[in-house]
Amino acid sequence: MKIKKSPGRIAFLIFLYLFLILLGVIFLAPVWHVIMASFSQSDILTSHSGLVFWPLGNPTLGGYKIVLSSPNILTGYANTAFYVIVGTLISTVLTIMGAYAFSRKRFAKRNFFMLFLSFTMLFNGGMVPTYMVVKNLGLYDSRWAVIIPSAISMFNMIILRTAFADVPEALEESARIEGAGEWTIMTRIIVPLSKATIAVIVLYYAVGLWNSWFPAMIYLKDRTKYPLQLILREILLLNDTAVMTSSADAVKNVQTERKLVKYTTIIVSTVPIMCFYPFIQKYFTKGVMIGAVKG
Amino acid sequence: MKSFIEDMKKNPGLYIMIIPVLAFFLIFAYLPMFGLVMAFQNYTPRGGFLHSEFVGFKQFADFFGSIYFGRLLRNTLMISVLNLIFGFPAPIIFALLLNEVNNKWFKKSIQTISYLPYFISLVIVCGLVADFTASDGAITDLIVKLGGERINYLGQPEYFRTIYILSDMWQGIGFGSIIYLAALAGIDQELYEAASLDGAGRWKQTLHVTLPGIVPTIITLLILRMGTMFAVGYEKIILLYSTNTYETADVISSYVYRKGLQEFNYSYSAAVGLFNSVINTILLIVSNKLSAKFAGTSLF
Repeated sequence: MKIKKSPGRIAFLIFLYLFLILLGVIFLAPVWHVIMASFSQSDILTSHSGLVFWPLGNPTLGGYKIVLSSPNILTGYANTAFYVIVGTLISTVLTIMGAYAFSRKRFAKRNFFMLFLSFTMLFNGGMVPTYMVVKNLGLYDSRWAVIIPSAISMFNMIILRTAFADVPEALEESARIEGAGEWTIMTRIIVPLSKATIAVIVLYYAVGLWNSWFPAMIYLKDRTKYPLQLILREILLLNDTAVMTSSADAVKNVQTERKLVKYTTIIVSTVPIMCFYPFIQKYFTKGVMIGAVKG
Repeated sequence: MKSFIEDMKKNPGLYIMIIPVLAFFLIFAYLPMFGLVMAFQNYTPRGGFLHSEFVGFKQFADFFGSIYFGRLLRNTLMISVLNLIFGFPAPIIFALLLNEVNNKWFKKSIQTISYLPYFISLVIVCGLVADFTASDGAITDLIVKLGGERINYLGQPEYFRTIYILSDMWQGIGFGSIIYLAALAGIDQELYEAASLDGAGRWKQTLHVTLPGIVPTIITLLILRMGTMFAVGYEKIILLYSTNTYETADVISSYVYRKGLQEFNYSYSAAVGLFNSVINTILLIVSNKLSAKFAGTSLF
């Protein structure tokens, strides 16, 4: 259908495209600013106010040298890697096991258990009683306190249960006749056929753990266990760039380069997420749709 | 009980499999619920849940009688309501605008860019907010150019809500629009052709075909959001607020955190938390019932 556009329509389209471009600029500008500022010369940057469109002064890697040699950033990185990898593994395995069991129709009491577990989405003990439980379990100042208390998301388990329930029962039946046990049926038949949904929940858990800072803040005392996000909070929001280094001389140095250090830290700690961005975006988008169909 | 044993005999593997799952929920979800007994005690770590002194509803009475009660209620509701007025329609409008774009490449590019902020961690987003609204920040600079003052805006109680809502929108519009774009893509193209044959212009088509196509999605999400009116999350508040801005920034959940885990007023904080949880649960149930009735979908 080719219809000649009316002048009103053309005016609308011009406005539409300009407005969307403006929005795009607003979404991107802060990111661009940080990237460019991170390559700037520290003294010019410190006295600069407003957006940075291009590296100020001679482009340098000075900020990166400070940040990448900071022991706190490096241990933060290593800790976060541990929390993300181990935590995602534990969460995913537990969620798969629950989702598998509760999706089997021959499991007569599954609805009773689902009701029992779903109630926790409606009501919970709240922050302080949960804190006390974690503390009384001896998890205070333990790395496990970051991972275990939030290991299973009921929402993720429901999503996965729906996917598992969609696998034709006949496949399971034939495997059972050949003598396959629960574990084999789950790992060899159900899981491989639900890869896309599993990818979604793996990413939900992984990104959640990557971003997590609050449990670490309330449960960890020992700074060498801090995840990256908690170190970032000190640098970006508590304005404490002294955490970058331990020697007094270097502290002074870091204070004068504070602004540069902030921007560089943001880049250094966002690069990993951005590397996986196309992948994460794809599965998160998929997750929205799965959640909506379920909802 | 007998039926349980039969079921166990039939599916021993499944029962073994759910042991760790049940253990998780018992320990980290149900045990804290029993721990709420501390809201009716004068809890001391020495006495524990079993030997601390019982004080009945004293902690609740203290909270309802304190000057903070009204302030927290107002702040929590204000942030929710502002977010509802500005944050809720924004992704809908964005999706409708994107839907008018015919150039696939342009549409896809803007979409991809708009998701980007969603994947920046909350700590960094708040760090950026603090940096941009500082007295030498990029946004402050813009405000100064438009004739405003050069001050640290995040430290001013009167600007806290604006900053909170706008940064929420910046981070969430793109990602929030996905669900509406999907609903828009699901509208039958023949409806547009039929409307066009009936002489409806683009505007009329938007009004009579496009909007009705996404109204069910809007209603569902709106009702479900009503269920979380009193559940303003503490993470972003704690990252952004400061002593200066408590008067507009402090919400129930951040107050629970501060009283309980920073000032060690365990029982009082647990009582405030319980009060909030009860309201949240009631709202969630009501909104869910409404959603089932009017939109035909519900969470549970």
